[in-house]
Amino acid sequence: MMNAAMKTALSGCLLALAACAQPAPPVAPPVADPYASVGGGAVFQGDLTGGTLGSQATAEYFQSGVGNTVLFPADQTTLTPDARNVLARQAEWLTQHGNFSAIVQGHAEETGTREYNLALGARRASAVQEYLVAQGVAPDRIRTLSFGKERPAETCSEETCYAKNRRAVTIVNSSGAGA
Amino acid sequence: MFRKLILAPALLMALSVSTGVFGTAAHAQDTPLRIEITDGIIEPMTIAIPQFHGTPDLAAKVRSVVADDLTGTGLFREVPSDSVAKAASFSEAVSYDDWRTIDTQALVSAEVTQNGDNISVRFRLFDIISGQPQGDGMQFDARAADWRRAAHKIADQVYVRLTGEKPYFDSRVAFVQETGPKNARIKRIGVMDYDGANILWMTDSSSLVLAPKFSADGRRLLFTSYDSGFPQIQVMDVATVTSRALTVDQGSMAFAPSFSPDGRSVVYSHEKGGNTDIWLMDAGSGAQRSLTTAPSIETSPSFSPDGRRIVFESDRSGTPQLYIMPVEGGEPTRISFGDGRYGSPVWSPKGDMIAFTKQIGDKFHIGVMRTDGSSEKMLTESFLDEGPTWAPNGRVVMFTRVTPGGNGQPRLHSVDITGRNMRPMKLDFAASDPSWGPLMP
Repeated sequence: MMNAAMKTALSGCLLALAACAQPAPPVAPPVADPYASVGGGAVFQGDLTGGTLGSQATAEYFQSGVGNTVLFPADQTTLTPDARNVLARQAEWLTQHGNFSAIVQGHAEETGTREYNLALGARRASAVQEYLVAQGVAPDRIRTLSFGKERPAETCSEETCYAKNRRAVTIVNSSGAGA
Repeated sequence: MFRKLILAPALLMALSVSTGVFGTAAHAQDTPLRIEITDGIIEPMTIAIPQFHGTPDLAAKVRSVVADDLTGTGLFREVPSDSVAKAASFSEAVSYDDWRTIDTQALVSAEVTQNGDNISVRFRLFDIISGQPQGDGMQFDARAADWRRAAHKIADQVYVRLTGEKPYFDSRVAFVQETGPKNARIKRIGVMDYDGANILWMTDSSSLVLAPKFSADGRRLLFTSYDSGFPQIQVMDVATVTSRALTVDQGSMAFAPSFSPDGRSVVYSHEKGGNTDIWLMDAGSGAQRSLTTAPSIETSPSFSPDGRRIVFESDRSGTPQLYIMPVEGGEPTRISFGDGRYGSPVWSPKGDMIAFTKQIGDKFHIGVMRTDGSSEKMLTESFLDEGPTWAPNGRVVMFTRVTPGGNGQPRLHSVDITGRNMRPMKLDFAASDPSWGPLMP
């Protein structure tokens, strides 16, 4: 769950979306993932060299400026109000940047069997996809998959980490990998 | 007189088995030496496995594997045989009185000889209490490279004769090796002898792979791969280590595959639009159809050994529970009713039991129950135990035990279905998702 400071920051962002300085994302970018270069894996494919400094049309901005991660309560797959706020911003960004497509990765905490967590993560990814589509993003721009408990954001075996691992992460790119 | 035992020779491994006409004749026994495996067993049977005759180094290695197999069951305790004078040859008569003085109940005598690339192993088992051979002498011929298999065959014969159970030592286990940090694990599939020896790597580390499952004949492996970027099912030919995709639909996920006993069908989880159901695929034609169509999660399907029913996990009741349905699909019957969450059910080789993962509170257990849900029994308890797989004789279950924390690691463990003899596998790396293959021919 988000803390009070984050909630305050997010509600302010809703009033002035573009100008708002977003809190640091709760999840570190998955650049250490050894499978980052494979297909729909968590790969950063934005162009950091060609764009104008501060451009919002980058995957990096989507991750840190818009917020690419939503969190779920234990064993839940329904979107919280906080999650809906993040996804509303994601949908707006995706609407403004029609050349980007998205892959939504669903994740689960480590307690639970491997197979059930894969299915649980798929439900979470699908919940995000449905919300984005309901906000007007074309369905064929969004694909989903689940990593179950294979790719935790945090590695401790306590609720503080589990809360950050029950998540869906939206990865955007402009290379057509999500189409 | 000698009773001829004809066992099918192995085609691929060139390991042949024949009854040796040697030594003294075996006597028919009315009451064979027998250890009964029950919940109440406390005292292991004492067994002497003195130095094997024949080619010295090889004989010592074979003897060590035989002893490890037998004592590893927890059913046998090896008696040091130093105090008994070594027999001059394999064919020398047994000094029953000498063995009785050191409280030996059973004696394994063997001879291992190497001729170039081939070895020949002869063994006999003696009931020291009644003072006679137990069963016929046997001879195994094998390639020298297969000396461990020959040792497992001897140990299996001893195990069968002393327990009345079916053998399982000469078998292999597929698994996933895990390296790297917890948030970026590198995984590859391996196959090893049941005791951790002779490891073969079946995939490189380029793709995330999960949960290999042997076919009933041990010649193929099913597994889930992220090779395409999305979880899909692949099938591998074990002998040639070549694999191909069974599912390729990138609009959905396919995972948790398992073979039917005849190897012609694959049952698996198919996800579409966030909903996961059980599907069945013809392994030859690739034709697929759904067996469940519930909005709940249905996963971890496992066939009954007669191929007529499928046990799986579903959260249609609100929490994950175990259900059984006909292979044609249709209304499933719930079989788990205890507190907690049930998952990863696997049908026993005998067909009478289901092993499963159970989560209660902050503990995980490996448990077994009868197929009607009765006689539920927990075999283990830890922070995280999951994914049981049955030994080919249905007496032992192997599973994954994960330790907690940022440096937590998965390790393979095995436990007798009585709940006794919990043991970590002797592996010097982290591993998960074991799948126990069939007894080798």
